[in-house]
Amino acid sequence: MKDLSQAKNFDEFLEGIWRQNPVFVMVLGMCPALAVTVSAVNALAMGFATTFVLVCSCLLVSLMRKLVPKEVRIATYIVIIATFVTVVDYIIQAVSLELYEALGAFIQLIVVNCIILGRAEAHASKHPPLTAITNALGMGIGFTIGLFALGGVREILGAGKFFGVSLFGANFQPWVVMVLPPGGFFVLGAWLLLFAVIRRRKEVRLSTSGGGHVA
Amino acid sequence: MRTSVEIRSAPHIKRPRSVEQIMRNVVLSLLPVCTFFVYQYGISAAALILVVTGACLLSERLFVRLGGQAGDLSDYSATITGVLLGLTLPPGFPLWMGLVAGFAAIALGKALFGGIGFNVFNPALVGRAFVQAAFPAAIATYTPSFLPGRFMEFIPSSLAWPLMAPADNTAWLKGMPLDAWTGATPLAKWKFEGTLTAVGDLLTSLSGHLAVGPSPALILLCGAYLALRRFMDWRIPTAVLGSAGLTAWLIYAIGGAKYPDPFFTLFSGGLILGAVYMATDMATSPVTPRGMWLYGILIGVLTVMIRYYGGLPEGVMYAILIANATTPLIEQITQPTPFGKGASLRAGRAASYTLHPDYISREEAAAKTSKKRFFKNKPKKP
Repeated sequence: MKDLSQAKNFDEFLEGIWRQNPVFVMVLGMCPALAVTVSAVNALAMGFATTFVLVCSCLLVSLMRKLVPKEVRIATYIVIIATFVTVVDYIIQAVSLELYEALGAFIQLIVVNCIILGRAEAHASKHPPLTAITNALGMGIGFTIGLFALGGVREILGAGKFFGVSLFGANFQPWVVMVLPPGGFFVLGAWLLLFAVIRRRKEVRLSTSGGGHVA
Repeated sequence: MRTSVEIRSAPHIKRPRSVEQIMRNVVLSLLPVCTFFVYQYGISAAALILVVTGACLLSERLFVRLGGQAGDLSDYSATITGVLLGLTLPPGFPLWMGLVAGFAAIALGKALFGGIGFNVFNPALVGRAFVQAAFPAAIATYTPSFLPGRFMEFIPSSLAWPLMAPADNTAWLKGMPLDAWTGATPLAKWKFEGTLTAVGDLLTSLSGHLAVGPSPALILLCGAYLALRRFMDWRIPTAVLGSAGLTAWLIYAIGGAKYPDPFFTLFSGGLILGAVYMATDMATSPVTPRGMWLYGILIGVLTVMIRYYGGLPEGVMYAILIANATTPLIEQITQPTPFGKGASLRAGRAASYTLHPDYISREEAAAKTSKKRFFKNKPKKP
C-alpha cells in the first residue's frame, strides 16, 4: 500500500518534468519563457523564483481547500500567490540587484503566470498538501528546465557565452536576432519541433510493436 | 488538301506546364544574371552563390525526407531560392553566414508551411530577413565591384571561420590601386551622405567601382524572356515598377531636391531584382489579375516609403514580405465575376437564389428569412 502511494507520488512529481512539461507540452507561461530567457542565469533565476512561488502557493491553497468558498476561490488564490511573489521580489532584490534589473517587471508578473493559477485551481485545490507540493515541485522544475533550455541556446548563439563564460573567444560573431524577441520564438519553435519528432517516433514505435504482438 | 483542324471547347492549352518546367526556365534565365554578378565580384560571389544554393538544396532534402512533404530537389524550386538569395547578399558576405541564410530560407520560409506551394512568404527573402536580423553589420558591408585580382583572391570577409566575426575589409581595400573607393551602396550613399549616382551607371552597373548588384538592364532583359514565354506574369513587375516610379516622381515633384529623382529610385538597390524575380513568386503572389495589380502597387509604394522615410536605406525586402502576407486578402477581395453571374452578384443581398440546402451555411438554413421558401427539396425530418 505504501509502495503504491509512493509510486503515485513519484508519478505526480514526474508529470510536470516530462509528460506535462509546462513549457514544452502545455506551452504555458510563455510570457516569461520568451521574454527573460536571453541568458542561462536569467532563465534559472526566473525558474527558481516561479518554482518557489508555485510550491508555497500550492501548499497554502491545498491546506485551505476546505475553507475557501467556491465563489471567491480565484481571488483567494491570487492573494496567496501575490504574497509569495512579493517575498520573492524582495529576496531577489536583496541577493542581486543586477539580476533584479535584468528580470525587470517579469518578477512581479509571476502573479499572473498561468502555470501557478492553473496548478492551484486544477490540482492543489483538489488534493492533500503532500501530493500538491510534489506535483507543484515537479511542475516548477519542469518550467525551470524549459526556461534553461531556451536561455542556454539563446545565450550561446546570441552572446557566445554560457553562464557568462566565453565559449568561442573574443572573435565570436553574435547572432543579434537571438537576444531579440524573435530569437525566443525561433528557439522555442525548434525545441517544440524536436519534442514533436520524439513523440511521433515513440507513437510509431508503440503502434508497430503493438501490431507485432497481435500478429 | 487536307488540314487537320481539331475543334474543341475552351480552354485551349497546348501542353500542360509542369512546375519543374517553369522553375527550370527561371533558373536558366537567372544564369546570365549570376554570370554577370560573378564577373563583377569574382570568386567570392561565385562561392557565395554556390554555398547558399547548396545549403538550400541540402535543407530541402532534409525537410522533404523528415516531414514527408511534397516536392523534390528535381523541381528546381530550392535552386531558385538559393540563387536568388545569393544574389541579394553582399558579395563579401561570410560563407558560413550564407549557409545559415540558406538553411533559414528553406526551414523558416518553406518547410514550416508545408513545402513547395504552401509557403506564405518568399523563402529567399525570409532567409535574407533572418540574416539581416542576426548579422546586421555583415549584411551592410559591401565591397566595390571590378576590383583587380577579383578572380584570384577572395574578399577577406568571405572566408571567416564558422561562428566567428568576419575580417575587416578596410585594410585590404586600402591596398587596392583605386582612385576612389567606397563600400557604401548607391542607396546608402544617398541616404547617409546625400550624394546621387548617375542613372546610366546604375542601369548597366558597368562603370566605376560601384557597390551594386547585377545590372538592372540585364535583369529586365531576362525577366522579359520569362514574361514573353509566359513563365511569369508581366502585371506584377509592371505594377511594382510603375507604382514605385510614380510615387517617387510625386514625392520628387512636391518635395524637390531633398529626394532623389524617380529613375535613381527605380534602378538603385534591389528593386528591379525584387520586382522581376521575387514579387512574382507564384506561391506567394495573387492569382487574380486585379489582385496582381493591387499587390504590385502595394510593393512599389511601400518600397519608396521605407526607403525615403524609414531607417534603412533599402526597403524592397520588407515591402515584398508585407505584400506576401496580404496576398490571401487581396485574392479574396479581387475575385473575378464568373461569366453570366454578373447580374446576380451585382444585385447582392436583394437577389433571390434558388440554392440547394446543401450549399448554404447552417446559419442561413436555420434563419427564418424569406430565402427559405426557395428550398424546393427541403430534407424532411425523420
